[in-house]
Amino acid sequence: MEKAKYERPLINRINAGLPDKFGMSRTMEAITHIDTIPVKDLIDEYGSPVFVLSEKTIKDKLSQAKKAFTTRYPKVQFAWSYKTNYLNAVCQIYHREGSWAEVVSGFEYDKAIENGVAGNHIIFNGPDKSKDDLRKAIKNASLIHIDHFDELYTIMELAETMEETPKLAIRINMDTGIYPQWDRFGFNYENGDAWNALTRIMLNGKLELVGLHTHIGTYIMTPGAYGIATSKLAQLAVRIDQKFNHKIKYIDMGGGFASENTLKGAYLPGTDTCPSFDDYAEAITNALINSEINPEDLPVLFLETGRALIDDAGSLLGTVLANKRLADGRRSTIIDIGVNILFTSFWYEHHIVPAQNTTQHTEDTTIYGPLCMNIDVIRAAIQFPLMNKGEHIVISRIGAYNMTQWMQFITLRPNIVLIDSEKNVHVIRKNETRESMTDLENVPEYLNPSK
Amino acid sequence: MKLKKNIAISESGFVFDPTSGESFSLNPIAIEILNLLQEGKGQIDISDFVLQKYDVDRDTFENNYFDFTGMLKQFNLTEKNN
Repeated sequence: MEKAKYERPLINRINAGLPDKFGMSRTMEAITHIDTIPVKDLIDEYGSPVFVLSEKTIKDKLSQAKKAFTTRYPKVQFAWSYKTNYLNAVCQIYHREGSWAEVVSGFEYDKAIENGVAGNHIIFNGPDKSKDDLRKAIKNASLIHIDHFDELYTIMELAETMEETPKLAIRINMDTGIYPQWDRFGFNYENGDAWNALTRIMLNGKLELVGLHTHIGTYIMTPGAYGIATSKLAQLAVRIDQKFNHKIKYIDMGGGFASENTLKGAYLPGTDTCPSFDDYAEAITNALINSEINPEDLPVLFLETGRALIDDAGSLLGTVLANKRLADGRRSTIIDIGVNILFTSFWYEHHIVPAQNTTQHTEDTTIYGPLCMNIDVIRAAIQFPLMNKGEHIVISRIGAYNMTQWMQFITLRPNIVLIDSEKNVHVIRKNETRESMTDLENVPEYLNPSK
Repeated sequence: MKLKKNIAISESGFVFDPTSGESFSLNPIAIEILNLLQEGKGQIDISDFVLQKYDVDRDTFENNYFDFTGMLKQFNLTEKNN
């Protein structure tokens, strides 16, 4: 006789009408497949944990974003934000779909060149550009977005000795009615620094001002703030035209669009509160179209959206290592995914579900990572189904930042695979081995154990 | 391990402790285990019952059983001298 499916015994105290920090009990839908590939097969083949990226979702999201903007404004150009996910395979997908590159360091700049991006299709942002980086960017006619006066003076110095004319924009920070106001990057609008920098560029005969850039923050839930920022940049463009008879070629609104992840402390889930691409597009394009810029001279609208484009395309698959009871009786589940590879768990309540069907029974659970370190908490409080050692879990919406901000700490970084549009699976970054780390080390001769 | 004598267990898995006034819910296998405990059965008898009926190995079940009875103690559903 076939035996019944086992589920471990469970008793829960009933607190009628009193939802606690674990939330109300609810059924959790398992994610058994990603793009039709069984999760179990992916783990069997590529190990646990393993990052999985979906080319289909990447393309679908980009297509949604493009549609939202291009149906409202005639000239739109997306630039892929390298820091969000600079795996070459990922960058290539965006470039093939028409995105330029947006980079913030010499390392990222060289990566974009290696990926075949034309120099004049690279936007170079950030506060750390060395003199050599700037020289290279000027030679390649890249769009340099200046962060501070020291950088501007370095560019002026280089321009004196180079044949090429630097193509410049400045990054501008401003009050858009939201908190916090990011003022550490670029030049301030309200105190006149931005206008001062623009004037210096215009008065220098060897520089070309081509654009205006802002990036008002991250995970911005208020599309109206983008409307205010766009209006302020448009006013600057008009003022430059009036004073210098010079037309700005583009306005770059940066990134910062939210993804559907839920921020820690948020009352409602991100899926209910995250603005759509249409909401952001409406605010930005309305402000541009309704500005004083002559309709014939409307600038190209650049967008450097990262998180909102790729978060949904990434999943992290893992395995339950153990279950145990905490001192107060709460259950804790230890999984093989730690904060070292899931950096975003510091600010998101990540969506975690089983990779196999479970019953409707759940328990107040804390999910810990495998690190021997107290802060390795993936979910502090979640109503989670009864899972056994060796069963698999799926963490969704992890495509942004984790594969760039992750760190090698205690454990090694795992494989990253891409499921292409034809449902073929490719390893796009191999798992690290001990040698990946120790090969970079050097033990001085006198400490060598063989001596 | 002995359950308190006055604990009420319904067929649907609802448990009421008249001493504290607290109520609890059980999943199906926990109902069976509590009923066996009320009949005075011990861990070995309960393990044999579960292993015969469910697709589980002895080590896994025993691990889960001791975790479960720990929760019964945590919720004060067992006699104090257990």
